[in-house]
Amino acid sequence: MLWLLFVLVTAIHADLCQPDAENAFKVRLSLRTALGDKAYAWDTNEEYLFKAMVAFSMRRVPNREATEISHVLLCNVTQRVSFWFVVTDPSRNHTLPAVEVQSAIRMNRNRINNAFFLNDQTLEFLRIPSTLAPPTDPSVPIWIIIFGVVFCIVIVATMLLILSGIRQRRRENKGPSEMEDTEDKWENTITIENGIPCDPLDMKGGHVNDAFVTEDERLTPL
Amino acid sequence: MDEARPLWATPLQFVFACISYAVGLGNVWRFPYLCQMYGGGSFLVPYIIMLAVEGMPLLYLELAVGQRMRQGSIGAWRTISPYLSGVGVASVVVSFFLSMYYNVINAWAFWYLFHSFQDPLPWSVCPLNGNRTGYDEECEKASSTQYFWYRKTLNISPSIQESGAVQWEPALCLILAWLLVYLCILRGTESTGKVVYFTALLPYCVLMIYLVRGLTLHGATNGLAYMFTPKVEQLANPKAWINAATQIFFSLGLGFGSLIAFASYNEPSNDCQKHTVIVSIINSSTSIFASVVTFSIYGFKATFNYESCLNKVILLLTNSFDLEDGFLTVSNLEEVKSYLASAYPSKYSEVFPQIKNCSLESELETAVQGTGLAFIVYTEAIKNMEVSQLWSVLYFFMLLMLGIGSMLGNTAAILTPLTDSKVISSYLPKEAISGLVCLVNCAIGLVFTMEAGNYWFDIFNDYAATLSLLLIVLVETVAVCYLYGLRRFESDLKAMTGHALNWYWKAMWGGVSPLLIISLFVFYLSDYIITGTLQYQAWDASQGQLVTKDYPPYALAITGLLVASSTMCIPLGALGTFIVRHLKRGDTASVA
Repeated sequence: MLWLLFVLVTAIHADLCQPDAENAFKVRLSLRTALGDKAYAWDTNEEYLFKAMVAFSMRRVPNREATEISHVLLCNVTQRVSFWFVVTDPSRNHTLPAVEVQSAIRMNRNRINNAFFLNDQTLEFLRIPSTLAPPTDPSVPIWIIIFGVVFCIVIVATMLLILSGIRQRRRENKGPSEMEDTEDKWENTITIENGIPCDPLDMKGGHVNDAFVTEDERLTPL
Repeated sequence: MDEARPLWATPLQFVFACISYAVGLGNVWRFPYLCQMYGGGSFLVPYIIMLAVEGMPLLYLELAVGQRMRQGSIGAWRTISPYLSGVGVASVVVSFFLSMYYNVINAWAFWYLFHSFQDPLPWSVCPLNGNRTGYDEECEKASSTQYFWYRKTLNISPSIQESGAVQWEPALCLILAWLLVYLCILRGTESTGKVVYFTALLPYCVLMIYLVRGLTLHGATNGLAYMFTPKVEQLANPKAWINAATQIFFSLGLGFGSLIAFASYNEPSNDCQKHTVIVSIINSSTSIFASVVTFSIYGFKATFNYESCLNKVILLLTNSFDLEDGFLTVSNLEEVKSYLASAYPSKYSEVFPQIKNCSLESELETAVQGTGLAFIVYTEAIKNMEVSQLWSVLYFFMLLMLGIGSMLGNTAAILTPLTDSKVISSYLPKEAISGLVCLVNCAIGLVFTMEAGNYWFDIFNDYAATLSLLLIVLVETVAVCYLYGLRRFESDLKAMTGHALNWYWKAMWGGVSPLLIISLFVFYLSDYIITGTLQYQAWDASQGQLVTKDYPPYALAITGLLVASSTMCIPLGALGTFIVRHLKRGDTASVA
C-alpha cells in the first residue's frame, strides 16, 4: 500500500518536473570552464544545496514563506551538467507560476552563484535573464579631466611664447635709442689702473665727421 | 634682402623636419594594406623600384628648387618662370585642403588617447540596453570597437544628406589639435625646429616597443608568415605597380610645397642630395618596419578571433548535445562532429546551420586600411592584450606624433608663401598670420565633426589631393627641365652646393619620372571616368555594418569643385601673367 502511494507520488512529481513542462526551467552548469582543476563533482549533495538555494530564494517572496526544500523538484540531470527544476506549492499538486520563480531567482542570483563558486555565465538559468552590472559612471567623465589638463598646458605655453615674442619685438624697436644709452654708460665708467684713473680716448668731445657718411644713406636699397 | 631669412639651427633639424613630415599616418595604415593586397613580400619589388625611379628624383628636385630659390612655393615657381605662379598657388590651395581635414585625424587620436585612461577600455565593452538585460542592439550586431568608433566618436548619420549637428566632444578635440599645431609653428623655424626632434624620434621609440610586444604575442607568427610569403603572380598585376608608384608619391608628400618651404630655410651650401637619399630611405624603411608591427598585431587578432570562433562552436555543440563540460576540445572537435552527425542525425541537422566554419585564413584576409585600421582593428587587438591601457596610450600617442609631424609640413607650405609675401608680412606679424590660418582651418574643420562629417572626410581624403598633385608635380618637373633648362639648373646647383649633378638625376628628371607621372595621371583619370557615379560606404545602425550608397549630386559637385579649384590655378596663373604682361607691353608701347 505504502509502496503504491510512493509510486503514485513520484509519478505525480515526475509529471510536474519534465523538460519543457509548464513553469519548469533548465539550468546549465559549466564547472570545468569555471574552476578548471578545482572543479568539484556534481552529486546528489550538490543537488540538495541547489534545492536549498532555490527554496531560500522563494521564501523571500511575499506569500511564499512556507516553501520547503522538498517542494523543489529536479529532473533529467545530464552529464553536461544540466537539469530541469520546478517549484511546487505546499499541496504538491501544482507548480508555482514561472513569473514568480523568475523574479525570485533574479533577486538572489548573486547568492546562488556564490554558493557554487560560479558566475552568471557558468551557472545559466535559461529563460531567466540576469541583470547586468552597470558600468561605473563617474560624475565627471575621465576624459574631460585629462582634456582640461592638456588644454590648459597648451594655452599657457602659447601665451608665454606670444608674450615673449611681443616683448622681443618691443626691445628691437627700442634698440637704436638704447644703443646710445649704453655708449654713455661706457663713457662714464672710468678705467682705473694701479689706482690712477686712465684717460681713454676723449669720446665726449666726439663730433660727427660729415665727410664720412653713414652707410644707411649712401647705399641704395636692394 | 632686407632681413636675413630664418634658418634651421642645424642641418639635422632640416632632416628631422623632412622625416617627420614624410613619415606620417600613410606609412602605418596604408602600406601594410597594400602589402597584403598585392602579394606580401613580392610587393617590395615594385615598391623599391618606384622609390629609386620616381621617389628619390622628385624629392631631390623639390628640395633643390626650394634651397636654390630660398622662397616658398609661390615665390619659387614665379622665379623659375613668371607663367608658373599658378603652380605655387595650386600647391598652397591643395595644402590648405589637406590641413583642413588632416587635423581631424589628430582630433580623433586625442579623443582615443584621453579615453585610454579608463578601466576597462570604453571600446572593449558594449554599453547596456534600456532595461539592463542585455547589451545595446547596435553594439551586439557590430562589435564593441566598431560601436565606439561609429557611435561614440563620430555619432555617424546614416547618409551624407543628413548632416546633423556639430558634436561638441570631437569639436573640442579639434580645437585642441589646432592649438597644439599653432603652438608648434608659432615662431617659425625656431619653434618648429625643436618640435621635430620629438615628432620624428618618438614614433620610432613606440614602434620599437610595439615590435617587441607584437612579436611576443600569441599568434603573431601567423600574421607575419601570411604577410611575407610572396605571391609572385601579383608582380604581373599592373595594379600592384600603379599602387606602388602612388604610395611612394603620396608618402613622400611631393607637390604640396612643404618640402620647398622646408628647404628654403636651408643654408645654400647644404648637401641636399645626401639628405634626399637619407629621407627617402628612412621613409620607406619605416613603412616596412610599421608593416611588420602591423602584421604581428593582425596575426594576434586573427588567432584570437579564430580561437573564440572555435570556442563558440564547442560551446554550441556541448550545450545542444549535453556533452560533458570540457570533453570537447579543439583537437577532437572534428571527430566528435562526425560522430555526432552519424549518431544523432536529426538533431545535428538542426544545429548545423549555426555552426560557423572557423578559418584562420579568412580572419587574416580581412584587409583594412585607413581610419578603419587605426581606430577599429588596432583597438580590437589592443583590448585583448594585458595592461591594455598602457598599449593604448602608447599607440595613440604615436599616431598623434605622426599626425602633428605631417601637419607641421602642411602648415609650413601655407605659411611660407604668406610670410614671404611683402604685402601681407608688412601688415601682420608672423604670429598673427599663423594664428589666422589656424583659426580659419579650425572653423572650416568643424564641418568634419558633424554627424555626416566622416563622409565629407572621405571625400576630401580621396579626391582633394590625388589628381591635383600629379598634375602639379608633372608641371614642376617639366618646368625645371625644359622651361628653366636642365643645364641652367645644373650649373645653379653646382654653384650652390659645390657638387656636380649626377647623370642619374638628369636622366630621371628629363625622361623617366615625367613619363611615370603621366601614366599614373591617365590611369586615375580613366578610372574615375569609367566607374561612373561615385559611391561611398555608409554606416547602417540597424544592421551594424557598412552599406554602399550613391553620392547625391551636390556632393559630386563639391568634389568636382575641390579638384578644379586647385588644378585650374595652373592655367589661370599662366593666363593671368600673360594678360598682365601683354597689358604692360601695350602701355610701354603706347608711352614710347
